[in-house]
Amino acid sequence: MANVFASLGDWVNERAPGLAPVYRKHMTEYYAPKNFNLWYYFGSLALLVLVNQIVTGIFLTMNYNPSAAGAFDSVQYIMRDVEWGWLIRYMHSTGASLFFVVVFLHMFRGIMYGSYKKPRELVWLLGMLIFLVLMAEAFMGYVLPWGNMSFWGAKVIVSLFGTIPVIGSHLVEWIMGDFLPADATLNRFFALHVIALPIVLLLLVVLHLAALHEVGSNNPDGVDVKHGPKGNRWSPSAPTDGIPFHPYYTVKDLVGVGFFLIVAAFIIFFAPTFGGWFLEHDNSIMANNLVTPAEIKPVWYFTPFYAIVRMIPSFAGTAVWGVLAMFGAIAVLFLLPWFDRGQVKSIRYRGTGYKVALGLFVLAFFGLGAVGAGITAEVIPEWFGNVDLTTWENAFGRTMTLIYFGFFAFLWAYTHFGWEKTKPVPDRVTTHD
Amino acid sequence: MANEVVDHGRRRFLTAATSVVGGVGIVSAAVPFIKSWEPSARAKAAGAPVTQSLKKIESGQQLIVGWRSLPVFIVNRTPTQLAALPKQDPRLVDPKSDGSSAAQQPKYAQNETRSIKPEWLVMIGICTHLGCVPNYVGEMKPEPFDPNWQGGYYCPCHHSRYDMAGRVYQGVPAPKNMEIPPYHFIDDTTVQIGVGPKEAA
Repeated sequence: MANVFASLGDWVNERAPGLAPVYRKHMTEYYAPKNFNLWYYFGSLALLVLVNQIVTGIFLTMNYNPSAAGAFDSVQYIMRDVEWGWLIRYMHSTGASLFFVVVFLHMFRGIMYGSYKKPRELVWLLGMLIFLVLMAEAFMGYVLPWGNMSFWGAKVIVSLFGTIPVIGSHLVEWIMGDFLPADATLNRFFALHVIALPIVLLLLVVLHLAALHEVGSNNPDGVDVKHGPKGNRWSPSAPTDGIPFHPYYTVKDLVGVGFFLIVAAFIIFFAPTFGGWFLEHDNSIMANNLVTPAEIKPVWYFTPFYAIVRMIPSFAGTAVWGVLAMFGAIAVLFLLPWFDRGQVKSIRYRGTGYKVALGLFVLAFFGLGAVGAGITAEVIPEWFGNVDLTTWENAFGRTMTLIYFGFFAFLWAYTHFGWEKTKPVPDRVTTHD
Repeated sequence: MANEVVDHGRRRFLTAATSVVGGVGIVSAAVPFIKSWEPSARAKAAGAPVTQSLKKIESGQQLIVGWRSLPVFIVNRTPTQLAALPKQDPRLVDPKSDGSSAAQQPKYAQNETRSIKPEWLVMIGICTHLGCVPNYVGEMKPEPFDPNWQGGYYCPCHHSRYDMAGRVYQGVPAPKNMEIPPYHFIDDTTVQIGVGPKEAA
């Protein structure tokens, strides 16, 4: 039997001699630093969720009907009549939210350990592009069930482009293919959601990994193992502090996968709507173009960015500023490698100012999320009694917006003018033997 | 034919010319795909005027009718609501609707009440910020979003506020007053939306 496999392997090798080296380069001979910690699970988990979204998504399209007349009913049909349809849909909807959980943590890991810095800027840029496409993908998927939140979410997000002076209103009609979100809108969003954007996403993921494997992985110490001593058990030219990705990190990642799947299964089986955070209650009502839901709030992963739109008032007769600020909030993340002029990568050896600033940045992100999700609108009257809600909410939200953008301004000044007092960075990762 | 000397200038020209012609071809080929996203002929055709009787709208009530798939608010404003309108002027972005909101209504509705008849407000119920439908909050009583509320509209999406003539308050995300559609009165109790008074005559 073993003989059959061996000769089959030889047969392939003779005809495609390039395959085995590619496998070795990216798996068994990709030497990753040996000091990865918990934070390094989220890249592989993102890949796992991507596979889940593609597989469940393919099966959902088999029963989904992309038309304004049939979409809502077909989703109910999947939930009630299709065998195991409810499970497939809940895997897809829970997967969407968990995708953002792992991606946010993955991005935070990159910020914390300086993984965006030279020579990994391209890895970071490709990752940010993935994040951008993922947001578009999530938004369009959110529209497909054609509930009332789908409809009004589509209306609000597409109208963002309407604030652009001169071409805005025509652009909105062009995107929707009608004067309101309609059949045409739903159909093109379906096409983009299931074909165009997944192809782009997969390509970007491949490029993200290719760019990473070219420069090698960063690690919690922010020390480049490639510049350390050479030679380990597997190869005399490989970095001493590196271990082969396969089987060492594939096995480690499997533990993460197991833990992640337990959490995901718990949500899918016991709390698939997650109290209205993953699937919103108002979306169980069919789209109605004459009635806006009492409270429009986006799914949780968009709330920080949505809050920024809300906090910026119109000025000079146009509402474009809030929209610019929202896109700006993503644009500054793209430019992070150039805002941060510091040489020290990992938070372990960076100055106190950086640690405080990063803490405030996280606080602002959650604070804006609370504004966007309507938590502040509930809590302010409760805590402070009969006060002017708009004034208080604006004061809080605008402060958080300032801190969000302030982080990048501070980071630039802090590192550019040499105010940062860093600790000495070790020559090798701290856990070498 | 052996040509030993490579004419680099000629080669550059040919490469550039081929690239330009190819580029023009790609751009031209993209046009039909981009244009296919425009509203279709069917979508454009679905825009006929709408006629609505006003008989059953009591004072202070609002009726929402659909026109071109847009929600149109028809409100029978009370005398108190009308009396409060001029008092709002200092708090509004464009109280006379002649500044940033000059194009938000037909000429015959460019007045304090933004209407043909003072009590009847006919308005497209779309927030000028990002296109939600604002809620009608007609009662004059302190609201969580404004302790000095004089009746008007409150948008649930981004909390923009308008007065009883759809004029936007200062300090909210919406930049303009809500739009007044072309409309006219066929008789005292019937309004037609989509056609102005002159065009109908």
